[in-house]
Amino acid sequence: MSDEPNKGLQSPLRRKLLMGAAALPLVSILPRPSFGAGPATATVNTTGLAVTDTEVTVGILHSATGTMAISETGSIQAEKLAIEQINAAGGVLGRKIKFIQEDGASDWPTFAEKAKKLLVNDKVAAIMGCWTSASRKAVLPVVEQYNGMLYYPTFYEGLEQSKNVIYTGQEATQQILAGLNWIAKEKGAKSFFFIGSDYIWPRTSNKIARKHVENILKGKVVGEEYYALGSTQFNSVINKIKLTKPDVIFTDVVGGSNVAFYKQLKAAGVDLSKQALLTISVTEDEIDGIGGENIAGAYACMKYFQSLDNANNKTFVPAFKKMWGEKTVIGDVTQAGYLGPWLWKLTCEKAGSFDVDKIAAASPGVEFKEAPEGYVRIHENHHLWSKTRVGRAKLDGQFELIFETADLIEPDPFPKGYQ
Amino acid sequence: MFGDYSIGDLGSIFVMQGFAGLILFSVYVLMALGLAIIFGQMGVINMAHGEFMILGAYVTWMTSNLFQSYLPGLFSGYFFLAMMLAFLASGALGMLVEWGLIRHLYKRPLDTLLATWGLSLILQQAYRSVFGAREVGVELPQWMLGSLKVTDSIEVPINGIFVMGLTVSITCAVAYVIYKSRWGRQVRAVVQNRIMAGAVGINTEKVDRYTYGLGCGIAGIAGSAFTMIGSTGPTSGQLYIVDTFLVVVFGGAASLLGTIASAFSISQTQSTLEFFMSGSMAKVLTLLAVVGILMLRPQGLFSLKVRK
Repeated sequence: MSDEPNKGLQSPLRRKLLMGAAALPLVSILPRPSFGAGPATATVNTTGLAVTDTEVTVGILHSATGTMAISETGSIQAEKLAIEQINAAGGVLGRKIKFIQEDGASDWPTFAEKAKKLLVNDKVAAIMGCWTSASRKAVLPVVEQYNGMLYYPTFYEGLEQSKNVIYTGQEATQQILAGLNWIAKEKGAKSFFFIGSDYIWPRTSNKIARKHVENILKGKVVGEEYYALGSTQFNSVINKIKLTKPDVIFTDVVGGSNVAFYKQLKAAGVDLSKQALLTISVTEDEIDGIGGENIAGAYACMKYFQSLDNANNKTFVPAFKKMWGEKTVIGDVTQAGYLGPWLWKLTCEKAGSFDVDKIAAASPGVEFKEAPEGYVRIHENHHLWSKTRVGRAKLDGQFELIFETADLIEPDPFPKGYQ
Repeated sequence: MFGDYSIGDLGSIFVMQGFAGLILFSVYVLMALGLAIIFGQMGVINMAHGEFMILGAYVTWMTSNLFQSYLPGLFSGYFFLAMMLAFLASGALGMLVEWGLIRHLYKRPLDTLLATWGLSLILQQAYRSVFGAREVGVELPQWMLGSLKVTDSIEVPINGIFVMGLTVSITCAVAYVIYKSRWGRQVRAVVQNRIMAGAVGINTEKVDRYTYGLGCGIAGIAGSAFTMIGSTGPTSGQLYIVDTFLVVVFGGAASLLGTIASAFSISQTQSTLEFFMSGSMAKVLTLLAVVGILMLRPQGLFSLKVRK
């Protein structure tokens, strides 16, 4: 406990934070930050985490280099923004969040090693991190062994649940089923052509989608194709699509392949205003590389679009652009990354502690009402209740919201009948 | 799988599939040409080939931005200038690299593998620092988008035709330079016997530098052309490197004709198989066939006859 509440902050930084606070309508109504006024360190930190009277340390663990940097940069930016906003609003339990950023370098063993470093050497209270399923699978045994807390932002294939992980993105059934239902009803779609990149997420997602199409929607899957990560030649599969004439092309192609796929689709004369295409892998981030003119008309199904019209999002988007530049775009995963630090803060305050066990136990039921996507709540299984939305890609690279589920969808990482 | 389709439908699909194979063939030739010169003629295992291509792609991106901001009227023709600039930029970087790195390694060809691999990592990080980690979208002029309707059901992508035309002209130019010009004769002389070539008065250092520059420059043009069909990001070059080496090695390292023959056989096998089975399986079978043939014929499809 410190007797001088503001001693922990240098005055220029404090002034900057206050200016930041004034610029952010979301937090400007909250009291001025005064770090060190929270409960005693001994009571909120019984397990030796890096918590002092005025500071608490968290880790950010993403790929800032290597092939995944393309995708993970947005998550890093969102997490930093959230931390800055939380600090401007008074921090967590009276403590300022300090972060240590480590680079997973798109290499899964490196992720595990850095997670261990963050937990064992730096004793961070939580890690915001990982992006691909492969990196999460590498980090999972580490956070479980050293009892850390991981906030994982990406939509993923499900089939996982851990006391030590909060999944702030959607699991596969949450993301896919509502989208398929919508397109079946809206477009009368009966036949589907699946095309994906060849790894666990597209394969699991397509398996779920196939069961749903065949058993629930009574439709038909006329083709299911996988291409190696990084493939750039899709002309043959595009011909197959032309031959089978599906009502809907359902895609989960990722990374650079995405760009090649949509450019070649357009070049082959497939008109997305006539041919329905539903993707679960293209966010605003990907469109930056694909080019709006190549994908305009396609439908995407996920929980967040930058264009969402709600009060939370209207403060979030300008704040993000103010920090990272006018030209940056915000995709689904970036928004999910932003949820991580906030959910952690709210959970710490609910638990009245930084202890990982208490946070894991207190997580279910935590609500974040200021989420840019609207409202989210943590489920018993550490995933989030969230809405699913369908957007239509426009020429300018943004999505126009077409449909959203009326209710929050329950996360179901181990769906019965879909395995 | 063909039961439900009319003869006409099938016919047009086969025509389009034939075009798909030809486009893949042109793409393979275009990306392998630069490497065929550097690896085939000079024996340098250039792992940074993909990064030279991506430099060309970034140059194209910058040119398109420049035209959009300052010369929107001429936008429809920017691509030709962009390709020339890509050639110059990649070629210049190639000559710089040859001078700073490669020329010290001619006697240790295996070490060029490691050195150029390091170079590729450096270049990737440099692109990331300069252009950002995210992919950039290269906007194309309107006439290069879409497809040409040959009949009601046959459509051929315009950018595919463009790549084919580009490949044919560049291949002819390279063949002329290597086999007909005085400078090409010098290149071949240096390749066959460096010491003798030097003894008869050829400036081998200069020949090496320009050859390396030419190879990299062609990689730059390829990268520029591939902005039409693929992605442009710091690590996009990695997507091409495996296929590129595959084509050059399979064709027989020192032969231009071999490169073309190998690109043709690999692309046709792959696109035919892709049509009848899944994409991953097609790749596996193609690679297995290549491995099998290389086991029987380690020197590749075509090779120079030399006295051993």
